[in-house]
Amino acid sequence: MFDSLSGRLERLGTSLRSRARLTDADLEEALAEVRGALLEADVELSVVRAFLDAVRERVRGENVAQSLTPGQHVIKAVHDQLIEVLGGTTLKVTYASKPPTVVLLAGLQGAGKTTTAAKLASWFKQQGRQPYLVGTDLQRPAAVEQLRVLGSQIGVEVYSESTDPVSVARAGVAEALRLGRDVVIIDTAGRLAIDEALMAEVREISAATTPHYTFLVIDAVTGQDAVHTARAFHDSLELSGIIVTKLDYDARGGAVLSARGVVGRPVVFASTGEKLADFDLFHPDRMASRILGMGDILSLIEQAERTMDPEVMADSAQRMMSGAFTLDDFMAQLNQIRKMGSLGGLMRLMPGMTKDMRKAAENVDDGELNKIEAIIHSMTRRERREPQIIDGSRRSRIAKGSGSSVAAVNQLLKQFELMKKTMKQMSGGGMPQLPGGMGKMAQMASRAAAQRGDALPPGFEAMASGMRGAAPTVTPSTGGKGKKKKGGRVTPPKNR
Amino acid sequence: MIVWWIVLAVIALGVIALVVRSRRQRRLSHVVLEPERAPMPEVLVTQIAPRPEIDDSPGLDRRLASSRSIFERVRSISVHGALAPEQLDVVEEVLLRSDVGVATTTALLEELRANGAPDGVAAAIRAALMSSFSADRSVRTSADEGRVPVWLFVGVNGVGKTTTIGKLAWHETQAGKSVVLAAGDTFRAAASDQLQLWADRTGADIVRATEGADPGSVVHDALGRAQAHHADLVLADTAGRRVNNANLLDELAKIRRVADREPGQVVETFLVLDATTGQNALSQAQEFLAAAEVTGIVLTKLDGTARGGIVVAIERELGIPVKFVGVGERAKDLLAFEPAAFVDSLLSA
Ligand SMILES: Nc1nc2c(ncn2[C@@H]2O[C@H](COP(=O)(O)OP(=O)(O)OP(=O)(O)O)[C@@H](O)[C@H]2O)c(=O)[nH]1
Ligand SMILES: [Mg+2]
Repeated sequence: MFDSLSGRLERLGTSLRSRARLTDADLEEALAEVRGALLEADVELSVVRAFLDAVRERVRGENVAQSLTPGQHVIKAVHDQLIEVLGGTTLKVTYASKPPTVVLLAGLQGAGKTTTAAKLASWFKQQGRQPYLVGTDLQRPAAVEQLRVLGSQIGVEVYSESTDPVSVARAGVAEALRLGRDVVIIDTAGRLAIDEALMAEVREISAATTPHYTFLVIDAVTGQDAVHTARAFHDSLELSGIIVTKLDYDARGGAVLSARGVVGRPVVFASTGEKLADFDLFHPDRMASRILGMGDILSLIEQAERTMDPEVMADSAQRMMSGAFTLDDFMAQLNQIRKMGSLGGLMRLMPGMTKDMRKAAENVDDGELNKIEAIIHSMTRRERREPQIIDGSRRSRIAKGSGSSVAAVNQLLKQFELMKKTMKQMSGGGMPQLPGGMGKMAQMASRAAAQRGDALPPGFEAMASGMRGAAPTVTPSTGGKGKKKKGGRVTPPKNR
Repeated sequence: MIVWWIVLAVIALGVIALVVRSRRQRRLSHVVLEPERAPMPEVLVTQIAPRPEIDDSPGLDRRLASSRSIFERVRSISVHGALAPEQLDVVEEVLLRSDVGVATTTALLEELRANGAPDGVAAAIRAALMSSFSADRSVRTSADEGRVPVWLFVGVNGVGKTTTIGKLAWHETQAGKSVVLAAGDTFRAAASDQLQLWADRTGADIVRATEGADPGSVVHDALGRAQAHHADLVLADTAGRRVNNANLLDELAKIRRVADREPGQVVETFLVLDATTGQNALSQAQEFLAAAEVTGIVLTKLDGTARGGIVVAIERELGIPVKFVGVGERAKDLLAFEPAAFVDSLLSA
């Protein structure tokens, strides 16, 4: 939802900005816009109504700060209410004093419970825990098999047997206790909230295992039904929270608002991709920034902390700025990026990206990384260190060796040079000043770092502002407003 | 110019790496002082928002004060000719709650306003909805002379592609046809095992490969097998994929081309949609239509509380007919789509 909502709010802002005072009619007009945006984003009708009422009250009840125009006042009220409905702060996951901590996952068919179970296990592992998976979905063909495959990928054992779901759950927890595992995640079969027999079964599983956490797993693209489902599962199971999946399908996810609105329990985790790394605690405040199109630099930093080797990355970043950057460095960096998850997922978190840029980023496939790596692999050591020696015959040899075309090799080399030049300019203080929102990245990153009381490393500002230099060269290819030369060639970064 | 994205990521992550390193260095300096893990508190859920009082359907209940179904309420509004705003509000609410969507609902209300309701509001809205379902929904089962007919199944993750194939395989084998299943989902863990179980249940033949194999060659092999055994139909499964990734859609287009090459011929491409999905289903339909020439929709999970009203928008705007509906997890739980029954169930939401 959030793209279109922020778009609408922006439009709302400009039409109201000029007026000095907000009349009731203005307010209703503005709220009608908000209503449309929320409904288009699949927020459930009664949740929308409650939301609009709350915003109306906020606007009327609050003392208008002198500095706010009426339009900004509405926007602020909508934003504040959004944060309130999404839940102000992140839920802290704590552990039972007497292990194991038992986590039960429930939800509709196809919501993504099994994948989520594995991702959650992998998350707990990263927290230094020893998770254990229990597969009680004996209903869907090969569901347990799927869990076993995923379990072996992440190195977490899976318990199941072909008795009945309640016995499997009970035995699974007992087994975890015996093995000394401290977190047990129970995957269950998908079920409809109106299926009395299956709802009774999941209640029995719950009674048999007394879970510390019961999470509803819900698909981000769910429509109006999110409310029925969430309420029915909450009534049956007393949910402790919600896990939202497939948030990468579209950034809207009005179901998050609906489910959260009706259950009143926090959204705890969010899944944003098919890779195991694309999963993390849900941060309502960050989601709110995303709503405002500010990206999510904090998530990015945390993801980097968890997965990449900052030494490798930072070293080559520093070499980049000193101009001694080689294709080997480039390759090392690509490896680090790959560890962090999908490129599209990463770019989505970047602040200051326009909608077009974000859309283009979605289409960046990790297969492209493979192609680039294949090209660099086909170079000799010397070629990697001194790409300027790569002449025509070397190019065709490299193209052949990597199974790509000479044009692709040319493109890579040209852009590598351009990247090098840009970085050098930045460190030399000659900041390429160009349009594009990427400059915000610098501000956001430094603000984020400052908030945490971190001193910025030397060269950081220079490097970050360089994002601005990189941006416009991207924009043309994404159908944005950037300038395109004849023949579709990309305009290189300009000096101020 | 995809390379630029990578360049951009390298630069950005370089910046981030510097931040991360500085944070890590700071942390290392106090690491000795910190206890390894905070003591575990007993309280597990630290944040519970008050559960807001949300009326089930506040507007309706207030306005209609009845437990009868909305359809009956709509039916009971028996004004002829001009429509009162409150009546339109009721209709609007019914449609929005069924996931028909804002744009389509507005369009339907416009039609209602323009045409009036000579036979009452219920009949008028029913007629407007019925006219949305005007496409031909016959299902093609035969291919050109000497070629093997293929039904291809596409859709996002978890909508019910594999289950639908299982149901159709059952249906077709019951009717005495010989069916070959192509386990074209080589991506998701144990996807082939899932289809294998359906093959075992229905007696259909199956061609499968190891995880990570090329889905195109699985389909290709299935065609070869079908031809050699003179099978009547190939049902080809594909991995669930999101639609905002051009590469995944390209891959699908490739699978479709393989399936449509001699000896195969794709006679139906079914987009499987989950009835619980909201407005995103429209973009799913748009993208899959472009990438895989979708010829029909299977609307699954109609046995739940979701109405699947988004297919109204899809048929109106894209002209893709709904051909089957899924109403459960068993082999028999698949029905041919009936517009009249569907419209009634929409209006009784
Ligand atoms: N209640 C109900 N459940 C269904 C229906 N169709 C499918 N399901 C269930 O939905 C879940 C997902 O179905 P699958 O057939 O695995 O879906 P898929 O599209 O093949 O999923 P992926 O291959 O993972 O993308 C399973 O638990 C099915 O049993 C239906 O009509 N009603
Ligand atoms: Mg499948």
